[in-house]
Amino acid sequence: MKRLGPGLILALVVGFAFLYLPILALVAYSFNASRLVTVWGGFSTHWYGALLSNQPLLDAAWLSLRLAFVSATLATGLGALAALALARHGRFRGRLLFSGMVLAPLVMPEVITGLSLLLLFVAVDVERGFWTVTIAHATFSLGFACIVVQARLAGFDRSLEEAARDLGATPLVTFWTVTLPLIWPAVAAAWMLAFTLSLDDLVIASFTTGPGATTLPMRLYSAIRLGVSPEINAACTLMIGAVALAVIAASLLLKRGQAVGG
Amino acid sequence: MRRSSPGSLRRAFQPWNDPNAKPLIEFRGVTKRFGSVTAVSEVSLSLYRREFFALLGPSGCGKTTLMRMLAGFEQPDAGEILLDGVDITAVPPHLRPVNMMFQSYALFPHLSVADNIAYGLKREGLPRAEIARRVAEMLALVKLDGLGKRRPDQLSGGQRQRVALARALAKRPKLLLLDEPMAALDRKLREATQFELMDLQSELGTTFMVVTHDQDEAMTMADRMAVMDHGGLVQIGPPDVIYEAPVNRYVAEFVGDINVLEGKVVAVEGDLVRIETALAGMVELDEEAPALSIGAAVLVGLRPEKIDLSHDEPAQSFNKVAGEIWDIGYLGDVTMIQVMVGGDSGRLIKVALTNRTRRAARPFAWEDRVWLSWDIEAGLVLPR
Repeated sequence: MKRLGPGLILALVVGFAFLYLPILALVAYSFNASRLVTVWGGFSTHWYGALLSNQPLLDAAWLSLRLAFVSATLATGLGALAALALARHGRFRGRLLFSGMVLAPLVMPEVITGLSLLLLFVAVDVERGFWTVTIAHATFSLGFACIVVQARLAGFDRSLEEAARDLGATPLVTFWTVTLPLIWPAVAAAWMLAFTLSLDDLVIASFTTGPGATTLPMRLYSAIRLGVSPEINAACTLMIGAVALAVIAASLLLKRGQAVGG
Repeated sequence: MRRSSPGSLRRAFQPWNDPNAKPLIEFRGVTKRFGSVTAVSEVSLSLYRREFFALLGPSGCGKTTLMRMLAGFEQPDAGEILLDGVDITAVPPHLRPVNMMFQSYALFPHLSVADNIAYGLKREGLPRAEIARRVAEMLALVKLDGLGKRRPDQLSGGQRQRVALARALAKRPKLLLLDEPMAALDRKLREATQFELMDLQSELGTTFMVVTHDQDEAMTMADRMAVMDHGGLVQIGPPDVIYEAPVNRYVAEFVGDINVLEGKVVAVEGDLVRIETALAGMVELDEEAPALSIGAAVLVGLRPEKIDLSHDEPAQSFNKVAGEIWDIGYLGDVTMIQVMVGGDSGRLIKVALTNRTRRAARPFAWEDRVWLSWDIEAGLVLPR
């Protein structure tokens, strides 16, 4: 083990403090008994209780979860298919264009993605709400899902699929019995990533939603504009917990996949 | 059920010489191109039932492509492939009664050994009891009883190879393809496995086609072998014919060691051919029905083990040349001696001497002046 010098340790502490002190403060103040956010009035779980009786907030959370579930499933399905096309079909015509177009939303400013989707939805005259946000979220998290699955496929021994074909499996059966079981950790990780991206998103959801479909981040943001209440802190703490769990699960899945699939 | 001597049966097995024999597999003018590279060009080849056939050639000669076309993974650009007289060129891999053992073994890492072997049987939709029975039979066949529950990564390299073999044989294919089957095994295991594979093949009666770049492997196992170069078949025949009567310099040099001398035909009397060589003077050799004209420029090939070495000049008046020992390589069973013939700027000729006794003083040493000599049955003529 290499030991770190005092200078490096200081840099590490300052760096992590910069990243996580605000979050820690948020978590700590969610247990504040005082109504004033900046004044510590003793430990209390009062605000978590209050959260449970805040029906609009609960509705928004439930909507966000359903929305994240559907959009993550869509994005993972399409992203995995795109990854298969990129990894399997070698240098087909327009490969660079295809991969560029799939991955572009990764680097596209959210405002632009959101605005362009809004214009599209207005142009085709669909009623904005749950489904428009779902489609928007699937669009931008598809690229992330594609990258995760593609990385897994890059290390995939193609002769496994050929062996399955050779032993009498149709292409579809080969996919279900050999390809998918071997890439599923990456598919699951991609799904969790897409899920958290959707759960977190504020900008794109604001652009593409309509009346009656307010997601949790939108609800929180509008609540903050009326003044920060410890209730918001509590809601955020729960969200951080959920996202952290999902990210940890995703990285564990990817790691396990590497160990088994080799 | 080992036969006492499968070899004697092997010798009687020569369907390729029988004009009435129906081939199991027939390549007819098969050509395969990848972009501008022609991997296989105009190959016509017949394989017979129960035959153990080897495709031998350096990497990139097209042997793997030829095999992959048989499995259905590549489509020929021209020509057709017949199995039992039926054109299978357009049949997809999963519908061909042909199975393959992959070089990497390609065992499914997420399935147990038994499930790997059962994979092809499940695709056939066999009843469970039948599948279980066949898996057990296959495990016994490759001597892996009791290991059915293991995962591939819990097996040794040799065991994995057996699982791959069992999996490919489980469907009782008409033809088994083996892609470099021994490449990942160490030398001792390789030798044992070669003989086991031969026993297995004669026991099952399945037709085997093995692709290899290892000439020892091809010669040990095959009834017939084909030597490939640049996408074409250069020579097809039993191993001894390929070794003792190669059709050209490429085959002669690829299969075994050979010394090649340039010369000119000076006399043909019946089966006896006299060739004047620049390096070794007059060479006389016995060639069956030689189609050679006087004055033709040819090559004389001499295998190292067919040359004798002596300190004294041999009595014969030809098939001999003097030289100086340049290098001695002791290999245990044989000693490879390189003799410089024709002065310091001449040519090195390889001679192989069998070490028949243990402690006798080695009769030859570096820088000895020696004579090389050989029988009229030793040399062979190759086109120049």
